[in-house]
Amino acid sequence: MSTDNRATTTDDGTADAAPEFAPAELQALRERVDELEASLIDGTDDGGKKMTIVATQGSFDMAYPPLILASTAAAFGWDVVVFHTFWGLDILHEEKSKGLKLSAVGNPNMPVPNALAAMPGMDRMATRMMERKIDENGTATIEELIDLSLEQGVDLQACQMTIELMDYDEDDFYDGVTTGVGAATALQHMAESDVQLLV
Amino acid sequence: MSSEYHTAETLDVKGLSCPMPIVKTKQTVDGLEIGDVLEVVATDSGSTSDIQGWAEGTDGVELLEQIEDGQRYVHYVEKTA
Repeated sequence: MSTDNRATTTDDGTADAAPEFAPAELQALRERVDELEASLIDGTDDGGKKMTIVATQGSFDMAYPPLILASTAAAFGWDVVVFHTFWGLDILHEEKSKGLKLSAVGNPNMPVPNALAAMPGMDRMATRMMERKIDENGTATIEELIDLSLEQGVDLQACQMTIELMDYDEDDFYDGVTTGVGAATALQHMAESDVQLLV
Repeated sequence: MSSEYHTAETLDVKGLSCPMPIVKTKQTVDGLEIGDVLEVVATDSGSTSDIQGWAEGTDGVELLEQIEDGQRYVHYVEKTA
């Protein structure tokens, strides 16, 4: 009997759907949908891609990959952050960036054995050779790539903790470099990024 | 360089290597009007693939044609938006 009753109550047209949501509940759901739609629009911004690179190395050769990728991504219209920490800080250091060295020791690509590579002056020689090759090849200098990146709106960040650790001063860095940022800022950018790289 | 496009500007990136041809192309396109065609003359053999990738991944530009002429790589890019 009870099942029959249930079936017949739907005949009046209201029993089936209406009682499931109270008006207040419906209103709350509508507001939630509006909220989510709005956050979706915020989250996608202009639909552009984002990239975060963490640059930890400060040797001459390792300064190139983050700067080349950053300036190229900026040419794609991407929103780019490069977070420089530890030796990577030297890339943004106006004075140090001009004296970055290639390490001859422990580098299997060097045409000399390690015992020779460890001799005084070998790093300088290896760096000079590389600089000459870079010039001949029409490859941009580190300074040019930094200028280009900043010009195109890349956010070059210098980790505050490492600035203090290395006894650097905020004024030591190229104009336009962001200071006063830490790991939390970097993580926030990484979480929002389509591409995250550690160099 | 002869071509059937009415090029608004020619960008000479001969002798420059990655990423300069791309970065300079982007900067030059920024200064053009919609509908303008930019001729990019490069010697970097990687520029053919790089310009393709850049044009595909970038809004408002269209790669019209790429011509390999001996040691020169010539690219035609239209600003579409």
